[in-house]
Amino acid sequence: MTLNIMTAADAVRKYIKDGDQIALGGFTVNRNPMLIVREIIRQEKKNLYMVVHSQGQSLELLIGAGCVQRVELAYGGVARFAPTGNRFKKAFLEKKIEVEDYSNYHMVLRFMAGAMGLPFVATKSGIESDIVRLSGFSPESRGKGNVPSHKLKIMDDPLDPNGGQVVVLPPLKPDVALIHAQYVGDDGTCRICGLTFADIEQAKAAKTVIVTCEEIVPMDFIREEPDQNSLPHFMIDAVIPAPFGAHPTACHKFYDYDPMHLNLFKKMAPEDDSFKRYLDEWVYPFHSQEDYLEKVGIRDLLKIRANSALGYAPGLDRR
Amino acid sequence: MESYTATEIMALSAGRLVHNGDILFAGTGLSMLAATVSKRIHAPEATVFFETGGIDPSLDELPLAVADPRVMVRTSVNTSLADALSLLCHPKFRTIAFLGAAQIDCYGNLNSTLMGTYENPQQRFPGSGGACDAASMAYGVIIFMQHQRRRFVEKLDYLSSPGWLTGGDARRRAGFKRGGPIAVVTNLGVMKFDEQTKKMYLDEYYPITNPEKVAAETGFHLDISRARESLPPSDTELTVLRQDVDPQRLILGPMPVTSITQ
Repeated sequence: MTLNIMTAADAVRKYIKDGDQIALGGFTVNRNPMLIVREIIRQEKKNLYMVVHSQGQSLELLIGAGCVQRVELAYGGVARFAPTGNRFKKAFLEKKIEVEDYSNYHMVLRFMAGAMGLPFVATKSGIESDIVRLSGFSPESRGKGNVPSHKLKIMDDPLDPNGGQVVVLPPLKPDVALIHAQYVGDDGTCRICGLTFADIEQAKAAKTVIVTCEEIVPMDFIREEPDQNSLPHFMIDAVIPAPFGAHPTACHKFYDYDPMHLNLFKKMAPEDDSFKRYLDEWVYPFHSQEDYLEKVGIRDLLKIRANSALGYAPGLDRR
Repeated sequence: MESYTATEIMALSAGRLVHNGDILFAGTGLSMLAATVSKRIHAPEATVFFETGGIDPSLDELPLAVADPRVMVRTSVNTSLADALSLLCHPKFRTIAFLGAAQIDCYGNLNSTLMGTYENPQQRFPGSGGACDAASMAYGVIIFMQHQRRRFVEKLDYLSSPGWLTGGDARRRAGFKRGGPIAVVTNLGVMKFDEQTKKMYLDEYYPITNPEKVAAETGFHLDISRARESLPPSDTELTVLRQDVDPQRLILGPMPVTSITQ
C-alpha cells in the first residue's frame, strides 16, 4: 500500500468541492486541522456544510472567511478564549449561515451511525428540549443535497411500552473528514495520541479522509504497538505532513494551545475589519507551513512545545 | 473572620454537595474548582471525568478547556466523546454534572443556545455542547449561575437542557429514567427544588446578602421561607482552595481586597 502524500494545496484542489459536507476533527482548542483549513480559505471554497460537535478555532476561521453556508453543531466556541465564537455568533445573527443545533451526544451518535451503516440512531437525550422541537434550517432545504429530510423525529419507544419518548436521529456521512493526527505510518496507519474526541467515528463515516500529521513514521514503528493505533491504513485517502499543523490549537505530546495567538485572535475576531486584517496577516500570505511558522516565531513555538513526559507545556502563561 | 470572594464561596458551596464516590462530569472554571476541592477535603473517592473522554486525570495543572491537553495526563483511561457521554447514563453510578447557562427558569431548565428565534435571533450563545446530554442522562445536575433577573427568567427564550420541565412529575412522564437538577449555586446563595412541585426555592444565602435581596435578583417568584444563612468558608476550605487547588488563581481571579463579609 503506497502512501498518498500530498501538499495541502493539492489535497484541497482534488478532494474538496464547493458545497461539500465536511467534518472537522478535534475539539475547541485541541487538534483542529488548522493547516488544511487555512488552505481551504486560500482556495476560496464556498457554501461548505460543516458537521461538528464542539468547534472550535477551525470553524471560526472558515465561517469568518465566508466559506460556510450551513452548520450542524452542538457548541460553537473556543473555550475560555471565546466562550461563544465571535465569527460564529456574528454570522448567525446576521443570518449569513444556517445553523442546526444538536447536542454533543447527538452529533457523536450520528457520526457513529454513519460509520456503522445504521439507518438511524435513537437516544433519550434532549427529550422535551427546544433542540428537538425547533429547527434552524429552512424547510425548503430539507431533503436536498446532504441535508437530511428530518432534523430528527420524536416517537414512542417502539420496543418498550413503558419506555416513553425517544429521539431518532439521522446518520451523518460527510463528504470529507479533516483529521489532524500525531503519527501516520509510511503504510498509512493513523495514530491519534491522547483523547480521540469523535475523530475516529468522523473518519469512518466520511467518504474521503484527509489526515494532516505531525510525523510520518516507519511502518515497523507504528505496528510495534498496534493497540495504540486509531485508523487502518486503507481508510486514509491523503496524508499531508504538517508539523505544528494544529497551531494555534494543541496537539498532545507535541505542543500546547498557543494562548498568545488565541488572545490575539480574540481581539481581532469580533469586528469585520480587524478579522480581515487577521486573514491578510495570518492566512492568505502563507503557502507553506514553514513560512507560517516563521511568522509565529521560534520564541512562541518554544513556549508551547510540549514536555515529552507530560504532553503539554508546564508553566505556560495561559492567562 | 477571614474574607473570601464570591467565586470562592460558590466553589466551596457546590463542592459541599458532592458525595464521596460520586462520578463527576466537570466542565472547566468553577466546576473544576468545586470538584477538585471536594476531592481534597471530604470526597477523596470522587472521580472527575470530562465529556471529551479524559477519565480521572491527575490535574496537576488546572485545565482551561475540557479539551485541554491537561485532561489527558495520568488518567485512568483516555477515551472518546461517545464513551465519556455514555458514562453519564450508566445506572450503576451516581453521576453528577456541573453545568452553567445563560438563562434558567424556576424548574431548572437551561438556555445556552439563543435569544429571540432562529428567524429573528437577538443573541447567540455557544449551544448546549454536552449539557443537554448531562441534563438528560446524569443522576443529578448542579448548576452554576450569576444571580441576575435577566438570567433567572419566567420563560426561557430556548430550552437547551431539560431540568424538571413543567414541574411535578413532568420529567418522568416525558420518558426520562432519572436525573434532574439538584441545586443552583450562584454568587448570592444556593437554590434547591421542592420535592413535590420541583419549583426552585432559596435553601441558603451567603453571609454577604439576605433572602430579600436574593428574591429581588430573581425574575420569577422565589420561595424564601426555608432559607438559612450558609456556613462561611472554613479556614481549611479556603487554604485547600487557594494553596492546593488553584495557587495561580487562574479561575479564582484576584484575592479579596477587602472583606466581603459584613
